[in-house]
Amino acid sequence: MMPVHALAAAGGNSPSIPAPHIEYGQLSPMLAVFGAALIGVLVEAFLPRRARASAQLGVSLLGLVGAFAAVVVLAAQGHGTTKAGLLAMGAVAIDGPALFLQGVILLTAVLAVLTYAEGRLEPRINGHRVDAFAAQAAAVPGGEQERDATREGMRTTEIYPLTLFAVGGMLLFPASNDLLTMFVALEVLSLPLYLMCALARRRRLISQEAAVKYFLLGAFASAFFLFGTALVYGYAGSLQLGEIADVVSGVSQVTPALAVTTQNDALLLIGLAMLAVGLLFKVGAVPFHSWTPDVYQGAPTPVTGFMAAATKTAAFGALLRLFYVAFPGLRWDWRPVMWGVAILTMVVGAVLAITQQDVKRLLAYSSVAHAGFILTGLIATDRRGVAAVLFYLLAYSFVTLGAFAVVTLVRDSKGEATHLSNWAGLGRRSPLLAAVFALFLLAFAGIPLTSGFTGKFAVFQAAAEGGATPLVIVGVLSSAVAAFFYIRVVVLMFFSDPQPSGPAVAVPSPLTATAIGVGVLVTLGLGLLPQYFLDLASKASVFVR
Amino acid sequence: MNSLIPLLIAAPLAGAALLLLGGRALDRFGHWIATALAALSFAFGLTLFADMLGRDAEHRAVTERLFSWIPVNGFQADVSFQLDQLSITFVLLITGVGTLIHLYSVGYMAHDERRRRFFAYLNLFLAAMLVLVLADNYLLLYLGWEGVGLASYLLIGFWQHKPSAATAAKKAFIVNRVGDMGLSIAIMLMFVEFGSFAFQPVFAGAGGASEGKLTAIGLMLLLAACGKSAQVPLQSWLGDAMEGPTPVSALIHAATMVTAGVYLIVRSGAIFNLAPDAQTAVVVVGTVTLLFGAVVGCAKDDIKKALAGSTMSQIGYMIMAAGLGPIGYAFAIMHLVTHGFFKAGLFLGAGSVMHGMNDEVNMRHYGGLRTYMPVTFATFGLGYLAIIGFPGLSGFFSKDKIIEAAFAKGGTEGWILGLCALLGAAITAFYMTRVMVLTFFGEKRWQPDAEGNDPHPHESPKSMTVPMIVLAFGSVFAGGLFVYGNSFLHWLEPVTGHAEGDSPLSQWTVTGLATVCMLVGAALAWQMYGRNPVPVKAPIGSLLTRAARRDLLQDDFNHAVLVRPGSALAATLVWFDSRGLDGFVNGLAAAIGGISSRLRRIQTGYVRTYALSMFGGTLVLVASTLLMRSV
Repeated sequence: MMPVHALAAAGGNSPSIPAPHIEYGQLSPMLAVFGAALIGVLVEAFLPRRARASAQLGVSLLGLVGAFAAVVVLAAQGHGTTKAGLLAMGAVAIDGPALFLQGVILLTAVLAVLTYAEGRLEPRINGHRVDAFAAQAAAVPGGEQERDATREGMRTTEIYPLTLFAVGGMLLFPASNDLLTMFVALEVLSLPLYLMCALARRRRLISQEAAVKYFLLGAFASAFFLFGTALVYGYAGSLQLGEIADVVSGVSQVTPALAVTTQNDALLLIGLAMLAVGLLFKVGAVPFHSWTPDVYQGAPTPVTGFMAAATKTAAFGALLRLFYVAFPGLRWDWRPVMWGVAILTMVVGAVLAITQQDVKRLLAYSSVAHAGFILTGLIATDRRGVAAVLFYLLAYSFVTLGAFAVVTLVRDSKGEATHLSNWAGLGRRSPLLAAVFALFLLAFAGIPLTSGFTGKFAVFQAAAEGGATPLVIVGVLSSAVAAFFYIRVVVLMFFSDPQPSGPAVAVPSPLTATAIGVGVLVTLGLGLLPQYFLDLASKASVFVR
Repeated sequence: MNSLIPLLIAAPLAGAALLLLGGRALDRFGHWIATALAALSFAFGLTLFADMLGRDAEHRAVTERLFSWIPVNGFQADVSFQLDQLSITFVLLITGVGTLIHLYSVGYMAHDERRRRFFAYLNLFLAAMLVLVLADNYLLLYLGWEGVGLASYLLIGFWQHKPSAATAAKKAFIVNRVGDMGLSIAIMLMFVEFGSFAFQPVFAGAGGASEGKLTAIGLMLLLAACGKSAQVPLQSWLGDAMEGPTPVSALIHAATMVTAGVYLIVRSGAIFNLAPDAQTAVVVVGTVTLLFGAVVGCAKDDIKKALAGSTMSQIGYMIMAAGLGPIGYAFAIMHLVTHGFFKAGLFLGAGSVMHGMNDEVNMRHYGGLRTYMPVTFATFGLGYLAIIGFPGLSGFFSKDKIIEAAFAKGGTEGWILGLCALLGAAITAFYMTRVMVLTFFGEKRWQPDAEGNDPHPHESPKSMTVPMIVLAFGSVFAGGLFVYGNSFLHWLEPVTGHAEGDSPLSQWTVTGLATVCMLVGAALAWQMYGRNPVPVKAPIGSLLTRAARRDLLQDDFNHAVLVRPGSALAATLVWFDSRGLDGFVNGLAAAIGGISSRLRRIQTGYVRTYALSMFGGTLVLVASTLLMRSV
């Protein structure tokens, strides 16, 4: 750094640009993931096709596990509590919630990557194992080129670097401390996801349709977010969350030049609402949820699992930071609105899930309802609310990932058999798998002794103590409605006669088995012995400003 | 030495676990393991007893805390045992008689293919019963209480292939639940009142509690005792419980478990002493039951059911004595122990007779068996003499003491109780003489069994007769030993306390009256059954006889008063549930389902619609945010 300064100083009076001070150590989780993603790109470019899949898996796992180790080290050094601080000229905040959520996202990503690499579910082609992703993404569905690529046993190994880029964006998203960084993170995580949605090997048309829908609507939502950023900047004269909060609460004045024309509350409120729209879209809250079922259904199931778990975690992290760091002074304005959104989200998610016939769409609506439950914790507007949301996200991520991993295993000749009628009597054919899926469903429903119960209890408790008792009542009622369709699937699996031509349950490789197994362990562990993680979430619940 | 206390329980518990989990490998010798472990437990009991004798009266009670069972702030439940004069008395009775009955069962159950399981349950029973009498707090006592209930259920229904046995087991379980509810309510009341359910703080705090609360606790404890000890009004299960194998009837439904209610009341003496109303209730229950059971015992032709009626009646004596307070506590326990010997002996004798008579239980089909089964005859006869209170035998002393105590209550009450007890003694002599005569004397009235095999009565094997002989010794000598120098009274006094009452009659008058009553009852029975021929088919009999055969209409009463209104209530609730609640719930579900299918139509699949809904949503969000500021 010194030479740069020296050079600038040597330039005499010419305006100097000071080089930003970057804390590489604290940013290392993101750097590791982005580094691994770049290596992945190089692998695509230089390694022969046959070697790519395993190389990509290795690189991804190395990057993700390394990043997770870095998160753990940072947390152990106290960067989540005492040494929490703003980095990179105030663009990034590394604090308790950021590190906690980064840890969750990385663990989820590790398990997701394991399910990507599953090669035993699709029938072999010419002796080559293939995975759930398109042989060649660019080939027209049903066309000559696709047939050739399929026959060659090709695989879209680009999925790994794409995932890593998305993970990098997700790590940055809950840690971004200014609106522009947050927007960049939003785009970095979204763009690869749009692509990944289009990569299904089977039913490519609905996969591509899902990708286009997701892209169009996502771009629409991003535009709202960006517009909101502009409006808030117009009000506060700053993009940094902490400074916005200071201006809102009147601690610091905007630059006198701006003060004349701005500090118009309408700008601030409209900006706040638009920022919220951008983020509520990502978490899948009603009325910005309509993409969820279509995209969840169309995307390759391993990607759906990853997206449902990790995107939600990252987006809720950003939402928490936005509301708790930038706009705590406005909570009397946004709390009633978020009340409405939470109630609508819980009710619509739960009610619409009832009539779903496709297991992936069912899980999609369930994820909408869960977004509502998490929003109740957000509305508590205190430390306990933050801790509850963090714990809920941890619990929910593993259940979701595990549930979608189970969905990949129930197959017939046309691929995954996602229609619910195919799941009838699964408990007789394959009791273990059905029991595992039942466990995940019970966790979704929030039955005690599973992580879902602890999480739901935590958010509802926080909301009730924060004075949102009616919200909790709606939440509990929606949970009751939601329990209906979860239990319906359990009943279908265990108490119905299997169809004669029903699906078979594929035997997965240790990769998927590991992902499901970890999901089961975490689900039971957080249900039976949640105290350590509740304490951890509680310790990590303070935002730095 | 105190560390032996947990081992006392652990031995039979380990036996139960081993036999239940051990599988078929243990089929051949599992019963010997169980018997050996019961004997080991008895040996531990004797060692502890000897140790206790070596200390002076004040230092005999010891407690052994094992571990904290439910450690919750403000709610401490320990697994902690208290061994004092009262509990060691029970320990010796339970393990001693228990071991003998294990031994007897080796012979009795020799041909049962589920013998291993039977012995496992017997061991389980011993362990639970020991927990019950050794617990130093009511919660642990409750654990044992439920444990013996479970063992009793399993053993009554041991021959579950017989519908009657399965039903009897269920009946015993359900009736006992009513009593158990009483115990659990009593424990809750104690916790609310004293902040604890350990004996010591509860008894220490009893003086400071209001009489109303103590009465409530006492009545709940009495309800519990009624259930477990088959006292009116919860007595109906005991007769049916005779469906279980005879050793079970002897051990659980005569000698030990059914006396748990007496233990509970005596143990809770500190509460009852301060709640005279509850004590009165106890006395009334005991007196009513002692007559009730005796009358039922007179009418039964089934030898085990006659003995069951007798058990009910004898426990009635004990409960009555326990209700008399410090005048009677020690004598209640004394009669309990002597009764344990002679009633177990009588049941084993009955089992031996059935064993020789193709499992025939109807006494009208017995007769003249004394020459065919001399050992059974002799031991049964000694038990008989003991229970009717023949001078010099166990029952004579222990029952006499209770009758004395009843008179000692004083006043009109004392007279009523004393006369009832004397009447009970007369009826006891009547029905027991009837059993004796019908079984061992008179003509042979043997009938072929269901398969047409004629009975060939024979003496039972050694493993069965030896326990009977040992128990006969107890029946003969225990009572004399206990009253010699008032040794039993002095032994228990530090725990139960003792008070001399104010008897209007002298001790010798009471003894004389009791002996006269006994002789009158026995003579009457001899007149009716010994001098006259006994019809093989029971005559229709008087109204009272018919009622007594139907257990004095107890089942009819329960059916009319409890079962029918209960079923009606359940039917009403079902109707309300299916029409009212389910209708509402189903309607709600249908409504939500309908809304769901409507709402689904919004999900058109067109991006333009989605974008429009997002746009609309944004407008609403922005508008409502602005609105929030303006209101």
